[in-house]
Amino acid sequence: MTGKVINVKYLARVEGEGGLNIQIKDDAVTGVQLKIFEPPRFFEAFLRGRNFTEAPDITSRICGICPVAYQMSAVHAMEAALGVTVVGPIRALRRLLYCGEWIESHGLHVFMLHAPDFLGYQDAIQMAQDHPDLVKMGLKLKKVGNDIVSTLGGREIHPINVRVGGFYKAPSKRDLAPLAESLKWAREAAIKAVRWVGGFTFPEFERDYEFVALRHGQEYPFNEGRLVSNKGLDIDVRDYEQHFVEEQVPYSHALHSTLKARGSYFTGPLARYNLNFDLLTPLAREMAREAGLGPVCRNPFQSIIVRAVEMLYAVEEALAIIAAYEKPEMPAAPVSPRAVVGYAATEAPRGLLYHRYRLDENGVILEAKIVPPTSQNQGTIEADLHQFVAARLALPEDQLTWQCEQMVRNYDPCISCATHFLKVTLERR
Amino acid sequence: MAPKRKPRLSVWKFASCDGCQLSLLDCEDELLTVAGAVEIAYFVEASRAMVKGPYDLTLVDGSITTAHDAKMIQHVRRASKYLVALGTCANSGGIQALRNFKEVNDFIAAVYEKPQYIKTLKESTPIAAHVKVDFGLNGCPINKHQLLSVVNAFLQGRPPQVRSHSVCIDCKLRGNICVMVMGTPCLGPVTHAGCGALCPTYHRGCYGCYGPKETPNTAALSAWFSQRMGMSEPNLVRAFRAFYANAPAFRQESEAHDR
Repeated sequence: MTGKVINVKYLARVEGEGGLNIQIKDDAVTGVQLKIFEPPRFFEAFLRGRNFTEAPDITSRICGICPVAYQMSAVHAMEAALGVTVVGPIRALRRLLYCGEWIESHGLHVFMLHAPDFLGYQDAIQMAQDHPDLVKMGLKLKKVGNDIVSTLGGREIHPINVRVGGFYKAPSKRDLAPLAESLKWAREAAIKAVRWVGGFTFPEFERDYEFVALRHGQEYPFNEGRLVSNKGLDIDVRDYEQHFVEEQVPYSHALHSTLKARGSYFTGPLARYNLNFDLLTPLAREMAREAGLGPVCRNPFQSIIVRAVEMLYAVEEALAIIAAYEKPEMPAAPVSPRAVVGYAATEAPRGLLYHRYRLDENGVILEAKIVPPTSQNQGTIEADLHQFVAARLALPEDQLTWQCEQMVRNYDPCISCATHFLKVTLERR
Repeated sequence: MAPKRKPRLSVWKFASCDGCQLSLLDCEDELLTVAGAVEIAYFVEASRAMVKGPYDLTLVDGSITTAHDAKMIQHVRRASKYLVALGTCANSGGIQALRNFKEVNDFIAAVYEKPQYIKTLKESTPIAAHVKVDFGLNGCPINKHQLLSVVNAFLQGRPPQVRSHSVCIDCKLRGNICVMVMGTPCLGPVTHAGCGALCPTYHRGCYGCYGPKETPNTAALSAWFSQRMGMSEPNLVRAFRAFYANAPAFRQESEAHDR
């Protein structure tokens, strides 16, 4: 056989603009490039000179799907810098806000972006013609997540209520009560979702990944914890840049992030699940087992099951937080600026989101560094495709191209985030 | 007689966070109804199926920041009967228009180690700087209910109607206590309504993410901020130079304090 190229000019059902180019020569894969051509927006540059209080609102504009993640990493980095620890109901409300974003983002990805691949539809709207009840359930589940974010944050996209130190206004118990009612429905819906996606057919594919996630020890991680991996990494977040490095490649506007010691790694739902399985709720663990997962899952195609399990976890956690909530006297802890550096990483729906800020004595940002999940997963996505395509060269072109797209979507890549991605092209020469 | 063809909708993204086009997918209760009324012909974030134009209605999210995109928007315009610009990026250049106030090469060098790989224009510009825009819906992000009403207006063949008063009016309608009275600077008096006066409702000052209202008196508000609330000149610059930094009224006001 001669050479060939798999080229997906615009990758669909991902957030942002990117493509994929795979070169094949003499029945061997010779190159894989995930191309992120989303135009760069230079957030790290224009954060310089802004007040530390502006970081949550400005960085949320990096991503319309996971603005809460940006707000959470920003406020935690600022608080770490300024020596503020947020406890009690304010801390719980931040976990609740993140539950909302996970439910909304995972709901979107599981039902609208990824499931159509497994069932052979171009999109969820086409899928809705044959499976109307499931698509409606998915939309309603997504809405439950969005309702949490808008109740706490004012609106679903770019919430306005998050500040360094806490919130501008804390909700009353009565404000949260309607959420509990819809969350009870969502618990049953999430169980159905796990069963549904557990029944899909998954391509056989595994690699010996290094999974990296936060581990808190008492809770499934959102905002706090040490950075750990299945290959011995166990560090404080402030030491992140001693262990990880970002590199620029000519074909992408997103920087590639790697572990200095061991290269590419894997962040996101699968990594969180594998490193924190013991901290899921008993029901989430039981449903994962029923869907065919053990405590460790190495098949990235099964990440759709893990997302559904995490939705169930987030629903249960949200219910527990609301049941225990008492309105705090003050919505935020006081903060005062000083010249210092602060670091934080939180678990965005797609994985680890690292922020570092250097402030002057007035709280003006002198330097900002942001490492989003998709730039961390880029190397792993390319390595996956290399191995995946090599074993499937005999497949018809259309089918192989679609499966490559599906492989990329396993990571729920967020390209707007990564440029601080998806066209697929297969090239055979 | 042949059955009437459904109107074709296309959705395009340029430099943005994706939030405004996501607003369409966030219409959880209405999405399937919309999908029943139109043919969603091009919407890469939602579908692999990409149907070529012409399109009856095109929604554009994002600003123009690269030579590639400047060319692409011309193609999108030619393929579209009506073109609606969504959000701050498409209508004024977005938060990334902060580059317009600096030297862009310094920005590239701050983020990228090998600047030679980065191709970008000097400025982030709105869609209307490149092609005719039939309607601009503002907000960062846009209000999804306003989006549905605008889509509906074009499908019905009538002009879209979005109220153009200031955030203050919405605040009064909600019965909020004015946050300025409580000592919090607020851009509400000069900012276009549409969010429902969210920030004051949550006890914070409006930060202008729906852009300037028609004929805003920004100078009077700045004077109030500085004389009665003690706001410094750098903070006045920051207040007006944010999500609508490049909108003329806010741009002029920030430049007046940036000396």
